[in-house]
Parts: sequence; C-alpha cells; structure tokens
Amino acid sequence: MDIEKADLLRLYHFLKLTRRFEDRITALYRQGRILGGVWTSNGMEAISVGYACALDKDDVIAPYFRDMGAYIVRGITVNRIMAQYFGKKTGVTGGREGNVHVGDINLGVLGYPSHLADNYPVAAGVALSFKIRGERRVAAACTGDGGTSRGDFHEAMNMASVWKVPVVFVCNNNQYAYSTPLSLQMAINNVAERALAYSIPAETVDGNDVIEVFLAMKRACERAREGNGPSFIECRTMRMHGHSEHDAAKYVPRELLEEWKKKDPVIRMENYLLSNNVASQKDLSDIDAGIMKEIAEAEEFAEKSPLPEGEDAVKGVYATPV
Amino acid sequence: MSEITYLQAIHDALDEEMSDNKDVFLMGEDIGYYGGAFRVTEGLYDKYGRWRVIDTPLSESGFTGAAIGASLMGMRPVIEMQFADFISCAFDQIVTVAAKNYFRWGGKTPIVVRSPFGGNVHGGAFHSQCPEGWFLNVPGLKIVAPSNPYDAKGLLKSSIRDDDPVLYFEHKFLYRRIKGDVPDEDYTVPIGKSRITREGKDLTVITYSAMVHVASEAAEILEGEGISTEIIDLRTLMPLDKDGILASVKKTNKVIILYETPRTGGIGGEIAALISEDVFDYLDGPIIRIGAKDTPVPYSPPMEECYLPNVDDVVVAARKLIAY
Ligand SMILES: Cc1ncc(C[n+]2csc(CCOP(=O)(O)OP(=O)(O)O)c2C)c(N)n1
Repeated sequence: MDIEKADLLRLYHFLKLTRRFEDRITALYRQGRILGGVWTSNGMEAISVGYACALDKDDVIAPYFRDMGAYIVRGITVNRIMAQYFGKKTGVTGGREGNVHVGDINLGVLGYPSHLADNYPVAAGVALSFKIRGERRVAAACTGDGGTSRGDFHEAMNMASVWKVPVVFVCNNNQYAYSTPLSLQMAINNVAERALAYSIPAETVDGNDVIEVFLAMKRACERAREGNGPSFIECRTMRMHGHSEHDAAKYVPRELLEEWKKKDPVIRMENYLLSNNVASQKDLSDIDAGIMKEIAEAEEFAEKSPLPEGEDAVKGVYATPV
Repeated sequence: MSEITYLQAIHDALDEEMSDNKDVFLMGEDIGYYGGAFRVTEGLYDKYGRWRVIDTPLSESGFTGAAIGASLMGMRPVIEMQFADFISCAFDQIVTVAAKNYFRWGGKTPIVVRSPFGGNVHGGAFHSQCPEGWFLNVPGLKIVAPSNPYDAKGLLKSSIRDDDPVLYFEHKFLYRRIKGDVPDEDYTVPIGKSRITREGKDLTVITYSAMVHVASEAAEILEGEGISTEIIDLRTLMPLDKDGILASVKKTNKVIILYETPRTGGIGGEIAALISEDVFDYLDGPIIRIGAKDTPVPYSPPMEECYLPNVDDVVVAARKLIAY
C-alpha cells in the first residue's frame, strides 16, 4: 500500500502537535497550573496519530487515556482540551472532567471511561450497529498492554469475532502498565498472540513508526469495510515519561529508555521526510512555528475562559431532565 | 504511643499482621516493587518477598476471585483496588461469590478489599467516588471506613482477622493530612461499633470517614453559637451500630446524617428509616440527610466544591433543626 505526500505531511503535523502540546501541558502541570493528574503519550504519539489519521470522517473511535493524538486528529481542538485541563467552562466537558477524559459524539469520539478496556466492548457495539444497518463504517478502540488483561477486553474480542463486526482493536504496548512490566502482565511477549484465541487477524507493528501504524490501520479498516470482521493491531513502543507526570518511573531501567530514545517517533518522521525530499527543513520549521502559535493561543484561551458555576455540577446528568 | 499519619497506620497494620501470620498476603496492581499508587505498601515487598506482596496483572475481577480462592483455603488475602472506583470491575466476584459463600455452603471467605476512595482531590468521575453505598444492599459483606489513624489501624487488623469478606474503604484525602496517636502495642478496633467523637446534647451528627472532620469543624462553629453537637463516627457501615445510633438520638432528639456519597439511595436513608422505626417518639424535628449532590463527581473546583457536603451545609442544617 502506498502513502501519499499529503498523508505524510498530515501525519507529521499531528505528531509534532501532539508532542508539543503535551510537553506544554507537562510544563504547566509542573508549575502547578493544572489540577489533578497529567498522563501523557510521550514517545508513543505515533500510535494514536497513526490510527486516527487512517480513519474516515464517519468512523468512530473509542480511545484511551494516552491517545491525545487521536483526539486532536478527530477535531477536538487544542483550545478545548487545554481549557479542559484548566477545569474551565469552555473545556470539552465544561469542567465536568479533567485531562483527556473527553468525548464528542459529533466528531465520532466516544468519551473515555477511566476503567481500562471498558471501551473495547463498547467499540464492538458501535461496529455491531454498523453491521446491522449495513453501513461501511469502522469502529476503532485502543487500550494499553495492561488493559488487555481485563475480562472486558477478552469478552469484546470474542463477541466481535463471533459477530464479524467492523472493528479494529489497537493496543498500545509500551511494555509497562504503571510500574508493572509486561512479564508480570502476561506470559507472552506479543500481545497480538491474545488475538489468536479469538481467531482475530493480528499484526505487531513498530509503534514508533507512524507510517507503519497508519498503513496497518488502513489495511485493517479495509478488511472491516469489506465485511471481513475485526482486526487487532499491537503497536510496540515505550513510554518515555512516568505513568503520570508525578511518577519518576524509577522502575524502568535507564538503559531501556536510552535505547528507545534513539527511536523517537517525531525525530524519526522528520528524518524520513527530509531524506525522502518530502519536506525541507524550512517546511518543518514553518509547521513547528504554526504549532507553537496554536498552543500559545490555546493557553491564552484556557487562561481567559471562566470557570463553571458550582451549580453546573447538577446540570446535564440526564438527557431527559428528571 | 506514636503520632502517625492515616496512611502510616494502614501500612503498619499490614506490616504487623503479615509478620504475625504467614497466611496474610497482599495482592494488587503496582503494590509490590513500586509500593502502591499511594505508597501504602512501600517497603513490604522488600521485607516479605514477591509471593506475599504480589503485583498482579490489571485484572480486578481476576485477582479478587483469586483472593477468594486463596481465602477458602485458609489464607488471609488483603487486596488493593488502586482506586476504589475500580472496585466496579470486581463487583461480580465480591457480590456473587464472596458475599454468598458462607451462607450458601459454609465456605469461609476472609478477604479484605482495601479501596482508596473519596473526593476533594480533583480526580473527576473515575478517581473520586465513594462506592460503599453500592454494597450496602448485599448481605454477607462487612463494610468499614475509618476516619483517623487509630481506627484505621485497629479496624484493618480486625478486618484481616475477621472470617468474612470485609470492604475496607480508606479515604485518600486523609492519607497524609490526618495524624493521630496510635498505641505501640497490638490492639484492634471492633467491627460494628461506632464511636462518639464529640459529646453533645442538642443534636447528633451521624457520619463516618472524611466527613467526621467536616462535622467536627461545624461543631466548633455551632459551639460558638451555644449549640452543643454530638458526633457519632460510625466506623462500620455494615453491620451498623444500631444501639449506638439510637442511644444518641434518645439523648439529643435531633439528627443530621452526613455522608459523602450521592444523597439519594445512600446510607442516610437507611439510618433515617431505622431511627424513625425505633425511636420516633424521641424525635424533636425532622431527620436531615446531607449527602453529596446526585451527580457524577465533577472535576472543576467550583463544581466539586458544590458537589461535596461542606461545613456550611452542616451548620445551616443544624441551625434550622435547633430552631425547629
Ligand atoms: C480497570 C482499571 N484498573 C486500574 C486502573 C488504574 N490505572 C490507570 S492506568 C494503569 C496502567 C495502564 O497500563 P496500560 O494498560 O499498559 O496502559 P499504559 O498506561 O501503559 O499506556 C492503571 C493500573 C484503571 N484505569 N482501570
């Protein structure tokens, strides 16, 4: 499968935006300007960006908490997300929730429930509705390697396979779940092996290569749209920050981090674009300048936005007010 | 006596019970090498090794079931839900299996489920809930929720030694904020007994966990207005200390029930019903329930403040009740 120049630039733009945006959020967290926790996808941005960019506008995603890239690709603006972190009324959830516990049905983004892998059966259900209605749409869900140990993960995989519904399950295998290494999480090295038990075709891809993730996702979506059922994509990567920004991640051997630092997905894509003459250094600098401006504006927007009223807490609990 | 934090009290109870009884072991996510998300189990992995402080896969239902299995073989597992919110994933094992084993076939299930719960930490809807109410309607479980280091340690020891499944709710807001004196020698706090943390004669506030501190602050303010408040710290929600509750109502004749779960369907309704059934004649005013708002726990500070019951809510309710 080939990839077009426009796709390459689009992938790069979102990769860089995700990196810069989360770096800024981390800095703001350290300055004590964000309440609650911050969990980033540093080092793993290629996964959420890659899978989200491969989807069509009508497709639906059920992301997890390290999918900042996917939220942005789907059109949830950095303004709204920044305001969310600040607990402002203009945030995606109007102050109801923090960090990336967001969703927007109009953009085909389902809200992420913190309980890992709870989004997998839900995505299977989204795909089921597409099948029942005869729509050529795809649902995608993502979770971490840890999340794949949950019963809900296994129940979802089983149902989706039996029903042959158009869903793509993505797994962000960053080798750790909080402090728990893969070896204590499962007795296999490749999460993809879990898919075998459900007769779901699976691939393991280099999660630090955004093009590889993108193309694997394209193939899986194609299969789904042709009526051939679910797929599983394991993206191998490394979490380069702590579990959350207050975690120094001392449990991760430093050498492992050094090794993965060399595979940085953003730098890698930059090198690819430059060496294949897809973009010049100037092009990349221009993209970056635009991104920095966008983020600065988002911060200002969030800063200036009002906090919600306390009483807003009880509004919107029911769709049909009681 | 030593002055220690609420968190240290929980840690010490685990440590002492583990050193006294080889059948006691711990399971949970990140509790071993890392020492737990809140650092409650820090150091225990080094001391007791990986088969007594077990880092589990991310499988709440799985390791709860496994704890049940080990307990049926005479072991005494203490499991940790990283956040109480995730107890929902283990709901089936707790409600369907643990709670009913003894009644159905005499299988003793001495597990302890430690769950850091509660709000005021800007954790949002999945890191701030108070799930104890979900389990009140399930006979076969014991539910405790200490408010201070002394009770935290004594109740955890009792929970570990108890032959039934005990849900132990520890308030994460109190972990490092509340300190208190704890005896150096072994002691326990009995499950099922409340404690009067403040004597009073004009009204009773019945509460538990972090809300005890809210009630105490309110009582100070009310004292200044000449209103004498009695505070009952329930300590145990199941079984409820009916005698302790009724005795205080008979004495003060006015009652506020204060709790951090959403007001509707919470423990307040249960206690109110109990009081009106048994000591209705002693009441000099309506029983007032103060709970959290009936909404998922919100994140943004003004909304979370609005959501949680506060000192002012208690003071206003008390004045109203006294004037009644
Ligand atoms: C059911 C459930 N249990 C516990 C948690 C608390 N928790 C949040 S993230 C995390 C580790 C997740 O690891 P993984 O699924 O591998 O994703 P990663 O963070 O590595 O991207 C844990 C234990 C949770 N969110 N959901």
